[in-house]
Amino acid sequence: MPILEKRPVPSRFWARGTPVLAVLMTMIAGGALFALLGKDPVEAIRTIFWDPLFSEFGFYYRSQILVKAGPLILIAIGLSLGFRAGIWNIGAEGQYIMGAILGGAVGLAFYPAEGWHVFPLMIVAGALGGVLWAMIPALLRIRFGTNEILVSLMLVYVAENILRSVSFGILKNPQGFGFPGSRNLSEYPAAANPDLIEGTGFHWGGVAAVLMVLLAWGLLSRHMLGYQIRLSGQAPRAAHFGGVNPDRLVLVCMGISGALAGLAGLFEVAGPAGQLSPDFNVGYGFTAIIVAFLGRLHPLGIVLAGLLLGLTEVGGAIAQQNLGLPAASIKAFQGMLLFFLLAMDVFTDYRLRPGGSRKEAA
Amino acid sequence: MDLSAIDPVLLLASLMISATPILLAAIGEMVVEKAGVLNLGVEGMMITGAICGFAIAVESGSPFPGLAAAALAGAGLSLIFAFLTQVLLSNQVATGLALTLFGLGLSALIGKPYAGVKPPPSPRLDIPFLSDMPVLGPILFRHDLMVYGSLALVVGVWAFLKYSRAGLILRAVGENHDAAHALGYRVVRIRFLAIMFGGACAGLGGAFLSLIRVPQWTEGMTAGAGWIALALVVFASWRPWRVLLGAYLFGGITVLQLNLQAAGLAIPVEYLSMSPYIVTILVLVYISARKRGSSLDAPASLGRVFHATH
Repeated sequence: MPILEKRPVPSRFWARGTPVLAVLMTMIAGGALFALLGKDPVEAIRTIFWDPLFSEFGFYYRSQILVKAGPLILIAIGLSLGFRAGIWNIGAEGQYIMGAILGGAVGLAFYPAEGWHVFPLMIVAGALGGVLWAMIPALLRIRFGTNEILVSLMLVYVAENILRSVSFGILKNPQGFGFPGSRNLSEYPAAANPDLIEGTGFHWGGVAAVLMVLLAWGLLSRHMLGYQIRLSGQAPRAAHFGGVNPDRLVLVCMGISGALAGLAGLFEVAGPAGQLSPDFNVGYGFTAIIVAFLGRLHPLGIVLAGLLLGLTEVGGAIAQQNLGLPAASIKAFQGMLLFFLLAMDVFTDYRLRPGGSRKEAA
Repeated sequence: MDLSAIDPVLLLASLMISATPILLAAIGEMVVEKAGVLNLGVEGMMITGAICGFAIAVESGSPFPGLAAAALAGAGLSLIFAFLTQVLLSNQVATGLALTLFGLGLSALIGKPYAGVKPPPSPRLDIPFLSDMPVLGPILFRHDLMVYGSLALVVGVWAFLKYSRAGLILRAVGENHDAAHALGYRVVRIRFLAIMFGGACAGLGGAFLSLIRVPQWTEGMTAGAGWIALALVVFASWRPWRVLLGAYLFGGITVLQLNLQAAGLAIPVEYLSMSPYIVTILVLVYISARKRGSSLDAPASLGRVFHATH
């Protein structure tokens, strides 16, 4: 039986090649899954990966890819910093919701006043909402050693309930004929987050995503803090002796990922979603976890991964419409992608060698 | 508000029902963690068990094949996790998350035709004298058989870990996998079995939810129960009896908030609905604050990758 042998240094070839291989294997396995469900696998895969880009309505779908990739990239960039340092914020969905609520609330508070200051204040409030929500697991971990995975995840359910509460309560549209949900921010010019170039799907969230990708890249490759983040993840003891303050790192990483998730929520609620409603969030916070890993926790990789997952989100929606596939099938697909990625990853750090032939050095 | 609408007997009776899904999932996960593996995919295995159990029960017209199918589905899904983490040495946190995301998607996919369908009823305990007792009857002796099954499972796990040789080996693997390996124990094989046991338990817990507690299928119906089960294991400091205690405490809170909602308490429904999650956080904080520095009694090899070099 072949055995795994640790490589002296991780393989660059495999580190970059695995995402591509994982995508191919997901297409094959996903096709098999669709075949099991009685759908034509080739058509399903083509609908998900090809039609969003090159079909008859590609001009519309392409803008939708950007609409979906924007928040995914923004959130994943934040998560990747923490993941690198071994800080597991998996409650980005909750931070996204709280950012949207706080940011949206600031916008609604100004209604119907006009002025250039409204939108920037909303952005600040959105980021703040995410940061505050992320600070709960961060501070609990620092102060009491509480597991941040479980706390941040629990807070997603709390945030969802708060969202439901405000949509039916204090932020409900007074002219909404009793329907739940806030006023439509996208119809309130001072607070709206429209496409910057009509029909491209590129709104302020996209700008923020590009900016953050560049900042994160600079941080990780050029800045002391980035070095500390990488060191803490790869060699915690060395980081400790090197004078890295782990508590500060938790605060910074959770804070940044919370801020970015909150921003993503605000841009969504003021843009594509338009209003705060009990179900405006569609799980970007969870999908972004896949984006972060698929992008190898590297800013540029995350951009590619975010675009790919945005593509599958749009493709999934088309498949839902045209082929009658349930909306959640794309989630199964994305989970599978992460499986294959993690499975193939073994070859980055290990190599296969035929078993039994190895001589023990004396 | 009308608190008199809350019947304490019914409250206690439904407490056991509401605690059982997380009890099953948590006791399974505890065994997995005792073997030194952290499987964050409980939520995914639970919901997959919920729909597989539901589908088979509906198709066969009887709950028992459904429960068996749920256990098999949970175990099957956990095999993916076991293969990735034990053979391909992947990161356990990331793989567990992938399992949860995959399970949520897969279950929605399988479950589409089953929305709104009623499952076959499952038999309840009926002991002539005991079940008819005025107060204790409904609280203790009139439940679905699975409720007692879950209690038996806790006893079984406790006895297995404490008194059996296999249980000792499993704990040794969890405490120090290198030493266990050096003694000749098959670390990977033992962990595979533990992970599959945990998967089966999670699947059963999910099926209990969809077949008995609710009983119907809705997408995402576990609503964090798997995560709460994970928190429960920490709360219980990896001890079976405390898992039982924790599950019943938690079941009590869930039932109480549902009853308060029904009684029309002046607190909005949303705040009551979020209370189980907040309580979970508070309990986690309390436990970690009390045990600060003593690493919470966690198995020493928990979450670490085992790679046998020779």
